[in-house]
Amino acid sequence: MKIAISSTGGKPESPMDARFGRAGYFQIFDTDTEEYEAIDNTTGRDAMQGAGVQAGELIAGTGVSILITGHCGPNAYRVLSGAGVKVMLCSSGTVENAVEKFMKGDLKEAAGPDVNGHWG
Amino acid sequence: MRIAVASGKGGTGKTTVAVNLAVSAVRVGLRTAYVDCDVEEPNGHIYLKPEKGLSLPVAVEVPEIDESLCTVCGECGKICEFKAIAVLGDRVMVFPELCHGCGGCFLVCPVDAMKRSSRLVGRVETGVSKIATCGGDRAAPDGDGEISVVQGILRVKEAMPLPVIREVKKHIPGGDIVIIDCPPGNSCPMVESVRGADRVILVTEPTPFGLNDLEIALETVREMGIPVDIIMNRCDPGAGLPEGAFGDVGSEVIARIPESREIAEINSRGGLASLEFPELAGTMDRILEKILRSAREARR
Repeated sequence: MKIAISSTGGKPESPMDARFGRAGYFQIFDTDTEEYEAIDNTTGRDAMQGAGVQAGELIAGTGVSILITGHCGPNAYRVLSGAGVKVMLCSSGTVENAVEKFMKGDLKEAAGPDVNGHWG
Repeated sequence: MRIAVASGKGGTGKTTVAVNLAVSAVRVGLRTAYVDCDVEEPNGHIYLKPEKGLSLPVAVEVPEIDESLCTVCGECGKICEFKAIAVLGDRVMVFPELCHGCGGCFLVCPVDAMKRSSRLVGRVETGVSKIATCGGDRAAPDGDGEISVVQGILRVKEAMPLPVIREVKKHIPGGDIVIIDCPPGNSCPMVESVRGADRVILVTEPTPFGLNDLEIALETVREMGIPVDIIMNRCDPGAGLPEGAFGDVGSEVIARIPESREIAEINSRGGLASLEFPELAGTMDRILEKILRSAREARR
């Protein structure tokens, strides 16, 4: 199973990014190999609009089944749920901490978008 | 001739200047139109009280995906600059509220799976405002005293005023003078409203905020290559900023409208100040004369 985590940096010890669409990076953790892979999200972060859609598409393309992020707006949620990606909410700590919490079952799944859509 | 009334800062008196300038124009017998491009909050009609004419919907063309035809090739997603289309492994998703209506996705779809649908973004309304020209200090030679009014209204929840502004501009009637009331700010809606004008009037007030935003507005309009006149509104005699505070723009200040409780009171009940307050009528007449003269000189 692969898990995506929104992150401010490119390392497992980087702090998480509470934002989804405009996160600096996404890290993909593979539970089988226990390895991390960082994906740069500069295009999404600097997008004029539609950052959530863009990031959702990016995440859907990685084949992950779980996303851990701080907040998820309506457009991003629509893309992610359309691609069958479950959204788990966690907004602080490092990327590694977030994976640990998820593995222990400490994170809650978002039943829908938890914030309103916004422009910019 | 098209005159755009803009400001940078909000609340400086664009609409007050625009409607009262329209009154001056119609009273000297010019065929006059007032066009409200401030589509987020058009309020010139409060003063001009036009008899309503047409009310036309403004729609933007947005894509709708026919999933039975779509092969998920991803071409539509690649051409969309606005992320209104997400291409997932097995399907394409459309977000019409993000669409700017460029139409690229219709063109690139190899199997015609993108269907043209539309989204209502606002309305354009036309009307005629009758202005009493008799009883004033002069009568319109043609005696009709009518201002053609066109305004755009952006639908609440819509984020993009440009399609409505463009549609408003398509409905500008013919005539001698067209006064375009622009939205505040200096970004796309203001630029689109100003574009095509022969002259721009920037209305400002003698406050640090007014000056700061005036400078940005000036830079914007000069970049567009349109001649500018500046009106300083609410100039309290004996107060305000020191002489010379306007720096190199001083020469473009064509009028100063005094701070006046009378004007404020007339405005706050939706009256046309230049019909009730002769001092303002005089100022507006002089502004109109100066602009017409500058326009004639520019043509030579």
